[in-house]
Amino acid sequence: MVAEARRLGWSVASPSFSLSARDPHAPGQAWPRCKRWDGLCDSPRRGSVAPPPVFGSPWNQGLGWGASREVGSALSPNLQSARPGGACQRAGMGSSVSGSSSSLGETCQNGALLDVGLEDGGSLTKLAYYSTVQHKVAKVRSFDHSGKDTEQDHEPPYEISVQEEVTARLHFVKFENTYIEACLDFIKDHLVNTETKVIQATGGGAYKFKDLIEEKLQLKVDKEDVMTCLIKGCNFVLKNIPHEAFVYQKDSDPEFRFQTNHPNIFPYLLVNIGSGVSIVKVETEDRFEWIGGSSIGGGTFWGLGALLTKTKKFDELLQLASRGQHTNVDMLVQDIYGGAHETLGLSGNLIASSFGKSATADQEFSKEDMAKSLLHMISNDIGQLACLYARLHCLDRVYFGGFFIRGHPVTMRTITYSINFFSKGEVQALFLRHEGYLGAIGAFLKGAEQDNPNQYSWGENYAGSSGLMSSSPELCPTQRARSGTFDLLEMDRLERPLVNLPLLLDPSSYVPDTVDLTDDALARKYWLTCFEEALDGVVKRAVASQPGSVDAAERAEKFRQKYWNKLQTLRHQPFAYGTLTVRSLLDTREHCLNEFNFPDPYSKVKQKDNGVALKCFQRVVSALDALDWEERQLALVKGLLAGNVFDWGAKAVSDVLESDPQFGFEEAKKKLQDNSGVDVILGVFPFVRELLSRGTEVILACNSGPALNDVTYSESLIVAERIAAMDPVIHSALREERLLLVQTGSSSPCLDLSRLDKGLAVLVRERGADLVVIEGMGRAVHTNYHAALCCESLKLAVIKNSWLAERLGGQLFSVIFKYEVPAE
Amino acid sequence: MKLKDAFFPWFGLDIGGTLVKLVYFEPKDITAEEEEEEVESLKSIRKYLTSNVAYGSTGIRDVHLELKDLTLCGRKGNLHFIRFPTHDMPAFIQMGRDKNFSSLHTVFCATGGGAYKFEQDFLTIGDLQLCKLDELDCLIKGILYIDSVGFNGRSQCYYFENPADCEKCQKLPFDLKNPYPLLLVNIGSGVSILAVYSKDNYKRVTGTSLGGGTFFGLCCLLTGCTTFEEALEMASRGDSTKVDKLVRDIYGGDYERFGLPGWAVASSFGNMMSKEKREAVSKEDLARATLITITNNIGSIARMCALNENINQVVFVGNFLRINTIAMRLLAYALDYWSKGQLKALFSEHEVSGVISCDMLTFIKGMLFTLC
Repeated sequence: MVAEARRLGWSVASPSFSLSARDPHAPGQAWPRCKRWDGLCDSPRRGSVAPPPVFGSPWNQGLGWGASREVGSALSPNLQSARPGGACQRAGMGSSVSGSSSSLGETCQNGALLDVGLEDGGSLTKLAYYSTVQHKVAKVRSFDHSGKDTEQDHEPPYEISVQEEVTARLHFVKFENTYIEACLDFIKDHLVNTETKVIQATGGGAYKFKDLIEEKLQLKVDKEDVMTCLIKGCNFVLKNIPHEAFVYQKDSDPEFRFQTNHPNIFPYLLVNIGSGVSIVKVETEDRFEWIGGSSIGGGTFWGLGALLTKTKKFDELLQLASRGQHTNVDMLVQDIYGGAHETLGLSGNLIASSFGKSATADQEFSKEDMAKSLLHMISNDIGQLACLYARLHCLDRVYFGGFFIRGHPVTMRTITYSINFFSKGEVQALFLRHEGYLGAIGAFLKGAEQDNPNQYSWGENYAGSSGLMSSSPELCPTQRARSGTFDLLEMDRLERPLVNLPLLLDPSSYVPDTVDLTDDALARKYWLTCFEEALDGVVKRAVASQPGSVDAAERAEKFRQKYWNKLQTLRHQPFAYGTLTVRSLLDTREHCLNEFNFPDPYSKVKQKDNGVALKCFQRVVSALDALDWEERQLALVKGLLAGNVFDWGAKAVSDVLESDPQFGFEEAKKKLQDNSGVDVILGVFPFVRELLSRGTEVILACNSGPALNDVTYSESLIVAERIAAMDPVIHSALREERLLLVQTGSSSPCLDLSRLDKGLAVLVRERGADLVVIEGMGRAVHTNYHAALCCESLKLAVIKNSWLAERLGGQLFSVIFKYEVPAE
Repeated sequence: MKLKDAFFPWFGLDIGGTLVKLVYFEPKDITAEEEEEEVESLKSIRKYLTSNVAYGSTGIRDVHLELKDLTLCGRKGNLHFIRFPTHDMPAFIQMGRDKNFSSLHTVFCATGGGAYKFEQDFLTIGDLQLCKLDELDCLIKGILYIDSVGFNGRSQCYYFENPADCEKCQKLPFDLKNPYPLLLVNIGSGVSILAVYSKDNYKRVTGTSLGGGTFFGLCCLLTGCTTFEEALEMASRGDSTKVDKLVRDIYGGDYERFGLPGWAVASSFGNMMSKEKREAVSKEDLARATLITITNNIGSIARMCALNENINQVVFVGNFLRINTIAMRLLAYALDYWSKGQLKALFSEHEVSGVISCDMLTFIKGMLFTLC
């Protein structure tokens, strides 16, 4: 399906080649031997502005457009022959709920937390709890071999064993207060840690339900400060959830424009519109200051609205407002000035006096009109105050939260309008996807303060989270009915911190994704359909990957249903999980596969292919060594790309394979007229070897976790070990630490350079990396195609999707070879 | 044209969104010669205006505001203040036609949005040419003028001492001898906020649509009252804490984490989210809460503007404050409290027979003093 994934792919985030002083060879020989490469890729000299993307041009001399497209005939790997693997059953510690859409089958660990909203929050209770999720995962382990194994044809290069892995997951569930007893029962049933004596609770309901909670759970309620929790939660989501913040744009499609995570989120202004309004300036992780507030807030809208319209519910008031016409109630500038406002340069539609027209006894006003007028009055007032505070404190980003805002396009629209009006565009009104969870998240983190949060990273689990607006009555009433009272967010914990690639030119403007599918309706339609069509194949392969499992077919079917539903949600609400991208579609699929215990459907395929490729390695390397320098460079790059063509993930290739099971990489090699092999072993390693033999140090970074058929870090370690046993260059480089194998921190077919494993970032900085090579469609085309680095970079991929190829002006199997030199 | 060259009568009109303020200068030094020259219509107008305190069903002359023995452009006389609702403007124009104002060859100086809105009606129906004056110019000039002449020999500018304390609260004169810079908050139907740096140097800082019109409009909807006076009277008898949710209602006392006192309003009308509480409040409570809500908000915005503009004296004027001691004291208190004493709320008011009023400035601004 989508193009990402090379089987065996080297998940190269940033193999970097350090040059300069560290290169023992003559400088003229070192990497940016631009003379050589100029000829190939038409790139400018060092120091000049990077050229426009070179699409396919490096192949002008022999491999023109589509040259590699004849790839196609005989390959044997029979998918069905994958060896029986361990059945991967997810086992939540308490009860196992395989595949239920709610994650309530997990287990509460110490530190369940209640955010019982009451007067705030429109009576929603948010429950946060921490669970450990046990997955069976495929682990690779090197055989205890003496180097003879390679001689034995049927011996796989390494062993795959199924192991239990425990990952931490944070769950956030919200439901209406009427279900609080059911909620408490759930906590009671699942709270395994009997040491727990305290439950943290925040929100107004923490007071009201204190006795009930203490009695039911036999736990002491620890009330946490609402605002402290809110801000802790806000910092957490801004840092950990990509596309958390968005601006609301009226009349654009979609109305939400998501922000990429800024490396430095401080300082910012948080305006929480609950019953009243609190304006808080957040300066650091732990320092914030209440700088002001207003009593005119959500409670005013609700309370005054109820008095004026006899409508009791907040949501209904908003609905009334969205149908009303405020000009019947408000006195506008044009009501005072007549038609003269135009000549005076005044906007006639400005409200001069809210409710100014209602100062009369002899007129009836409609509920809708009054509600609308009230909404404008309150939104404008809050916006004005927010701007005044922002100006006083020199801040230009204002995040809005609170139940007045929560998922209501109507209020987001009026607040945004007001901020734009009063700040003349200088202040940006921002909203948060998980705004409703901030208090719960913050209080939870507060309860877990003994943990050092800097050791971890968190990622939104798309499989277990319901999307933005998915329960909004305005947008999707049926869905609300279906989803009942639940609204979910799940965050998976990665036991490693993720940071920016230090070589990003401007981390604050870095956007990983090349195409914004929320924006580009045509591309969105194409990709959604593409993923839908590929689903059958994915299901088939998932089942095939676990032949020994009795319930594999059943789980695969559940996976199909879940992912299909996600795709349908995204069709109607592309903004549901932030900016929709090919990456997020791929990641969602990975998360859904994991959810149903298909953590690494390709492990066996990779094992087999790696075994085959290892056998060819020495032959490939000697053939390369026989070439002269220039020919060899071309052959090496072709090798990199050839491996990339051969990719189970890309639908086009997959189609060829399915219709012609004889198609194989021998054919791929033939079509590319050279000795290239399967991606990492026959493509990447020879390339790396060449660099090493020139004296360049190389960091080879691979995915931390499995994604499609990309090589994982642990697989790369074994592959390297096996190659080292055959090849003295690789052997000595590993021993002398001139070749370093690290993990990227990613488990995606794509790559977000702003969320890389800290170890990689440290190494890149320490070794002074000055060239980044990124390979493959997922990492170099779907993401990072436009990534600007402060060192030289090479992005290469074969376009394995005809629609994309056409869009880029090429043909299927055309080549991207993008060599960039940063402007000085 | 200079005012003194103009024929009598001297009028000034400020046509706002809700109220029309009419200022009339009644010359007391008319010579016999002049009197003889006076056309009959002028005499009848003078008599009509000065011998009545009410005109039609809605026009009112604020006798208590009258400025006596004023010297204006070399003439001595009394300045009268008359107000009527803007929606009666057509009737006023009709009256001008009936009383044949156009025969007076006088100039009608007018300001406020209505000067534009009704210009054409004045011309076509009343055969009167309006001399339109910039509203903000008029406002500033009016203030400076009134401050220079004083009010019937007393000081114009006042502030409140101990505004929160019913017993100790007192109004004290404030000598505005260093008027600049000052923040001028004009509360009419809506609110305009101006930063004044000198007589000729000022700017409009911002404004809000939550003003006197909002208070009155909401009161009409919530209580069924029909006049501003009635709304204020109800407010004076109500208890807003039944309607508003206070900090102490949420936190049981002060919210120390943020230094918020328990008595502060956390959510205006916040208690009205509850059905039981909605049923338990009186119209008076609602009127009071509306007044407190609007006034607090104006105070809050004014304070932020003062901080942003780095100005520490704030003068509140406008019709909203007419006979509105509650609002003035609240503004005084709120400004003092939240600024920790850094900001001073000033009111340009005077006291006549126990009734506090400060609307004279809005009246006077209609008085065309650009001509002086």
